[in-house]
Amino acid sequence: MANAVPVSPPAARPRLTVSMAVALAILAGWLVVAIAAPILAPYDPDAVDILNMLAPPSAEHWFGTDQVGRDVFSRVLFAARIDVFLCVIGVLPPLLIGTTVGLASGYFGGVVDTLFMRLYDLFVAFPFFVLVLAIVGVLGPGLINFVIALALVGWVSYARLVRAEVLTIRESEYVQAAQCLGYAPAVIVTRHVLPNAVGPVIAYAVSDAVLVMLAGASFGFLGMGAQPPNAEWGVMIADGQAFVQQAWWICLFPGLAIVSLGLGFAFLGDGLGRMQRRQVTA
Amino acid sequence: MNILSTVARRLLQLVGVMAGVAVVTFLLLRLAPGDPARLLAGDRASAETIAAIRHQYGLDLPLWQQFFVYIENLLGGDIGRSLRFQQPVADLIQRFMWPTLFLTGYVVCLAVPVTMVLAIASARRPGGLADQAIRLLGTVGLAVPVFWLGIMLSRLFGVTLGWFPVSGYGNGFADHLHHLFLPALSTAIWVVPVLTQSLRAALIDRAGADFVTAARAQGAGEREIFWKTVLPNAVLPTLNLLGVMVAFLIGGAIIVETVYAVPGLGSLMIGALLGRDYYVVQGLTLVFAFATVLVTLAVDLLTALIDPRVRL
Repeated sequence: MANAVPVSPPAARPRLTVSMAVALAILAGWLVVAIAAPILAPYDPDAVDILNMLAPPSAEHWFGTDQVGRDVFSRVLFAARIDVFLCVIGVLPPLLIGTTVGLASGYFGGVVDTLFMRLYDLFVAFPFFVLVLAIVGVLGPGLINFVIALALVGWVSYARLVRAEVLTIRESEYVQAAQCLGYAPAVIVTRHVLPNAVGPVIAYAVSDAVLVMLAGASFGFLGMGAQPPNAEWGVMIADGQAFVQQAWWICLFPGLAIVSLGLGFAFLGDGLGRMQRRQVTA
Repeated sequence: MNILSTVARRLLQLVGVMAGVAVVTFLLLRLAPGDPARLLAGDRASAETIAAIRHQYGLDLPLWQQFFVYIENLLGGDIGRSLRFQQPVADLIQRFMWPTLFLTGYVVCLAVPVTMVLAIASARRPGGLADQAIRLLGTVGLAVPVFWLGIMLSRLFGVTLGWFPVSGYGNGFADHLHHLFLPALSTAIWVVPVLTQSLRAALIDRAGADFVTAARAQGAGEREIFWKTVLPNAVLPTLNLLGVMVAFLIGGAIIVETVYAVPGLGSLMIGALLGRDYYVVQGLTLVFAFATVLVTLAVDLLTALIDPRVRL
């Protein structure tokens, strides 16, 4: 028994669950819709048809028409171009900035780390939505300023996550080995630390995409994001709100589009997160 | 370490964070592209008006001097003056804050019991049917935009069924409860999934603790362990929920108040943003941040009071 080596069970290979497959199908579907909207949409999304205002869903207009007779189905499809794109462009800058800061803060520690932690304390004092809203308000309403505000505020949570990962990776044997072999810190950080920290960050980013999309649509709804007459789901819902008593379809369908895209990201993020945890426990 | 020194340390930390918050809100207005005086005066203002405004608001001073004036005003309780209402922002906040506070309390009352039931049901058997169903519902709840849910609920319960008013705040306590039910429900549906996840994780964590193993070793039944050992230890995580909630509640209030035309701080904020009433935006951002910090502090101190092991 003295030389019995404890054998850890083989790591469970990450498997694609049903919910993740569904999520990927939803996301792929919306990506196709966003790219092929001009081919898929039966009508011009901006074509006004005064004779056909507030028409209920029918064979000609699947989702009905809005208060100026625009085809709601076509507008929902075209809006995917803004909303799907927003998920990517809204997540990437905070992800890149946050990862860089988190790597530096976690690996080198010292003044950089202290400074970052104080900044973190400060940022969590503000409710996320309020700070982004205030920044967009001061910069001026619009999608570009929304993305800028997200980058200014959102990087902190990524940095915090990466920092925590790096703190454990830094103590691992392979990093110590690399240090003994005399690799430059820049090489260790990019070749040894980063690849091992990237998994949880990706899982978090996918979940974050839900929040970014909901925030983007909310900003459109509040008049602070995409500006009418652009077709964007939040803007469409804001347009339809005044007519919701006679024409529920103007609000209902863009909302369902938001929910479905949100579910796609949420299920994928959930699955990726669980995979991460399983790898850690295995 | 006794409770007093803990309080003292946290208060010191609080001063630091609040000073930082003041710096951020001060810099917020400087983010605006172009001349702040022109922004405040509006696009059609004459050169004299702009010069007058620049002098009135002290924008002709060097930046560091402006900052000291700002801090001095804050310490005196002056958080700015609305251009549109021609009133101190503090007065406006006092006028608009009651519906928001009422709504917030309402959401807490609706959300916390539901969260506890759902989290306990999930945590009793992690991975079981109830857990998976609640998790699925929670994911759906997270993906639903609050503003859309609000509109759809008001259409269904307010217009079609006529059970609830769809806008305003009403007069008197019962009327407030009636008017704010749909806004509170919309926010609660959004908040409950987040809280349930957090409380569920805490309960499962407690279920693996040493004192549970000890109870088991003493021969207690699983049912008894859950109700008598695990659950009482879930009081602190539940308390912590309040800290997690504040930021969500404030963000939710801004959206929901706009949907239901509730005359609260959220409506004030959106009105100020769209009307470019920058000092109101600045003042509200500051107040929202202070509220978040203070609630977090209160929760932390209460936790320390209940559980002496917490050394903050």
